[in-house]
Amino acid sequence: MAHEATMHPSEHGHDQEHGHESPVVFGFWIYLMTDCVLFGSLFAVFAVLRDQFAGGPTGKELFDLTNVGIETAILLFSSITYGFGMLAAQKHNSGGLTAWLGVTFLLGLCFVGLEINEFTHMVSEGNGPDRSAFLSAFFTLVATHGLHVTFGLIWMAVLMVQNFGKQRFTERMMNKLTCLSLFWHFLDIVWICVFTFVYLMSVV
Amino acid sequence: MLGKLTWSAIPIDVPILVGTFVGVAIAGIAVLGLVTYYGKWGYLWREWLTSVDHKRLGAMYIILAVVMLFRGFADAIMMRTQLALAYAGNPGYLPPHHYDQIFSAHGTIMIFFMAMAFMTGLLNIAVPLQIGARDVAFPFLNSLSFWMTAISAILINVSLFVGEFSQCGWLAYPPLSESQFSPGVGVDYYIWAVQLSGVGTLLTGVNFFTTIVKMRAPGMTWMRLPVFTWTAFVTTILIMVSFPILTVTLGMLGLDRYFGMHFFTNDGGGNQMLYLSMIWAWGHPEVYILVIPAFGVFSEVVSTFSGKPLFGYKTMVYATCSIGVLSFVVWVHHFFTMGAGANVNTFFGIATMIIAVPTGVKIFNWLFTMYKGRVQMHASMWWTLGFMITFSIGGMTGVMMAMPAADWLVHNSLFLIAHFHNVIIGGVYFGYIAGLNYWFPKVFGFKLNEKWGIRSFWCWFVGFYLAFIPLYVLGFMGMSRRMNHYDNPDWYPWMLVAEAGAILIMVGIACMLVQIYVSIRDRALPENVDLTGDPWNGRTLEWSISSPPPAYNFAVVPTVYGLDAFHHDKELGRQGTHKEFEPIHMPKNTAAGVFVGAFSFLLGFGAIWYIWWLAAISMLGIIVTVIMRSANTDIDYYVPVSEIEHNEAEQSRRLVAQAAE
Amino acid sequence: MAQAHLTTPAGESHGSYGSYFIGFVLSVVLTAAAFAIVMMHGMSPTATIGAIAALAVIQVLVHLVFFLHLSTNSESRWNTMAFVFTVISVILLVGGTLFIMHDTSVNMMSR
Repeated sequence: MAHEATMHPSEHGHDQEHGHESPVVFGFWIYLMTDCVLFGSLFAVFAVLRDQFAGGPTGKELFDLTNVGIETAILLFSSITYGFGMLAAQKHNSGGLTAWLGVTFLLGLCFVGLEINEFTHMVSEGNGPDRSAFLSAFFTLVATHGLHVTFGLIWMAVLMVQNFGKQRFTERMMNKLTCLSLFWHFLDIVWICVFTFVYLMSVV
Repeated sequence: MLGKLTWSAIPIDVPILVGTFVGVAIAGIAVLGLVTYYGKWGYLWREWLTSVDHKRLGAMYIILAVVMLFRGFADAIMMRTQLALAYAGNPGYLPPHHYDQIFSAHGTIMIFFMAMAFMTGLLNIAVPLQIGARDVAFPFLNSLSFWMTAISAILINVSLFVGEFSQCGWLAYPPLSESQFSPGVGVDYYIWAVQLSGVGTLLTGVNFFTTIVKMRAPGMTWMRLPVFTWTAFVTTILIMVSFPILTVTLGMLGLDRYFGMHFFTNDGGGNQMLYLSMIWAWGHPEVYILVIPAFGVFSEVVSTFSGKPLFGYKTMVYATCSIGVLSFVVWVHHFFTMGAGANVNTFFGIATMIIAVPTGVKIFNWLFTMYKGRVQMHASMWWTLGFMITFSIGGMTGVMMAMPAADWLVHNSLFLIAHFHNVIIGGVYFGYIAGLNYWFPKVFGFKLNEKWGIRSFWCWFVGFYLAFIPLYVLGFMGMSRRMNHYDNPDWYPWMLVAEAGAILIMVGIACMLVQIYVSIRDRALPENVDLTGDPWNGRTLEWSISSPPPAYNFAVVPTVYGLDAFHHDKELGRQGTHKEFEPIHMPKNTAAGVFVGAFSFLLGFGAIWYIWWLAAISMLGIIVTVIMRSANTDIDYYVPVSEIEHNEAEQSRRLVAQAAE
Repeated sequence: MAQAHLTTPAGESHGSYGSYFIGFVLSVVLTAAAFAIVMMHGMSPTATIGAIAALAVIQVLVHLVFFLHLSTNSESRWNTMAFVFTVISVILLVGGTLFIMHDTSVNMMSR
């Protein structure tokens, strides 16, 4: 509680190793809840427009489940590698943190790459987001998730660099790492809904 | 290079706009010149623009809101004047193209930049003080929120002089707002201004929610929370569950326009009705976001100026919470006529009517608080009484329209316009002005002039009825909203009455300006200056500290033993118990919020005019600023004990001087 | 609440290699099951949709517990409450939107 911290400067940071709960992490969680509503709205739109093909291709014709399966596997792996990174950070193991975050970063990069590849393939065949309402909803929902992942990657890179500087394992740094951890795992949850309700249900 | 932007975008052929521009330019140059003349740029930058102090941000929010009130009201009186003229062959002085922009801008500005900014300002001023906190949970985000709101307000006003504004009403319904029918930049101005300000509002919601949950003073349990803070809490929850929906909805409209997608288009499988449903899923909670804090203000004002604790505190809290929850399941009542079947309309109609119950509970609570109280007719009390009468009428017409069958008769007529102005002026605006009169001395250390405040109230109160009761009548006579001209002789006299009402409201606004001027002029007079920090014999913690409070608010974080904590302490003589001071950890001011705001403005402007290099550079600027802020470790400082002791000694001296008189 | 405020919380639980690993294995199994059900076409479409939706809900819960460390103990009670409230809001929003849009299209015979 920053509140206590503001009252007792002498104790400031005394139990930073235990990452005492600051409003930062709680506030970020609350922000994630608003993000949850944002994705909820996009899912609602997708649900309404999912059969509006306007004569264009359906999901069954477009979606390649193998690709989606690989993307899912990558994200699941990246979740556990980020978790291991957090465990390293709690032990102030800088090498471990950098290594695990590096692996997570690469996995995230692969995910984004696969998604861009999928999108460009669809667009090049004339099945871009302007083809039908279904595709508009599909591209917007999936790309919003992809943009979140991209933003998470930028954030991860910044934190990896910052942890070599003045903020190395300070309370502030641990808060940032915890927030990014929440963000990353939250995106996983969104992806579960994406592959279930968007990809799998479209090919059933 | 400049995208769609050419010289023809500057409307030099419209005399009204040229005149407005000259006026704004002269006023702007005068203000800038005065600041330069008095050498106040450094002061302004260091102490205000880069400030992360919630009290100063609150003041800046309210200044922004008042400026936007002028803009929004100018639009309003232009529309009334047009309709007082444009009868029986007379085209009036506003062509439809211009008139449509004016009613769209009026609604957008009044809701997003007047009401939302005012509400956020009051939250900023009162909430941290009421819960005994030294600042909000995230002071930097608070500054950022303000700047996002401010630059969006500037962006929407730039549309006056560069290009055009949306002509699609304040909610920009498709398909009219799609590029097929609105190819100009007007709707893009609307989308970007509202989206950017929405970012600020969302962050405010997260910030204040976290503040109220995590930063309450020791002993301040939920059932000891001041009612205004309770209403702020419910409002932040509504912000967090509704603003993302707005972001998504306007985002999709933007994608339709920029990338030719088919969410709401006529072709390609788009569905305009989905837009209505989505935008009102945000829009209905939005009006409760505005009015619930106003209810909180009335609760504080009534209890303070009746010298009694609020009647039925707990029922007030439960009523606020149930209004908050219900507000999320009523959104269809904005489009009963869309074509949904009886199941949908019945469900949402009944849910809407139920809201009248907790609202009625509140009205009775306020009445019973005044009952047998020693009521002082302070200016803010006048606004409160005016509210109770006006809002009750507005609420009843609302329940009328909650019946789908009745709504079909008056949908989109002036009856609806009268209804929502009845609740928004009578509820929201009266509440915020009551709050302004109530908390002004806390922020600036002197009271607002009451005589002019009450004059302003009477002009608004009478002006409101003159301006809007005719609209109820006209609604029943079948006049629809957003008309540019008409030829029905029965309507004409009522439009003249409404014009008279608008002029009276203008006098009310002028009285408010005089009130502010007179108050500043006479600020040093003994009857105006607030020496004790407790000018109204207040009940909550914000009155327990000096006016204006020091940056850190509380030298010693108070311990709370009951509801109406400060009143409790006064009764038990618990004030002034000296404690040991300790250095206080405070955030430093930062310019990062200003820079993110400035880049966001350029991003919006670039995107509106398809100047993609500018948009890209601005986006990069935002990211770089945020990363630099994240890398900055020089973000806080400690207030030394000597400074706290000095401030506290000053306050004790003032209290003693006041007691001696 | 204020009492909770006065005590210094021990901090949120961070999990361990073990708990991350359990969560990972569970989510891999659940994901694989969902993909397998769809790709093997073993069930009727309605049953398939029900099954994968149920698997998704379970997997979300697994992630919440093992990766996001959400629990009902006093430190993360507010986080959990906020999440539950958000989920209810999202259900209202999605359900309400589908209810309205479906009813409208049936009533107007537009789809």
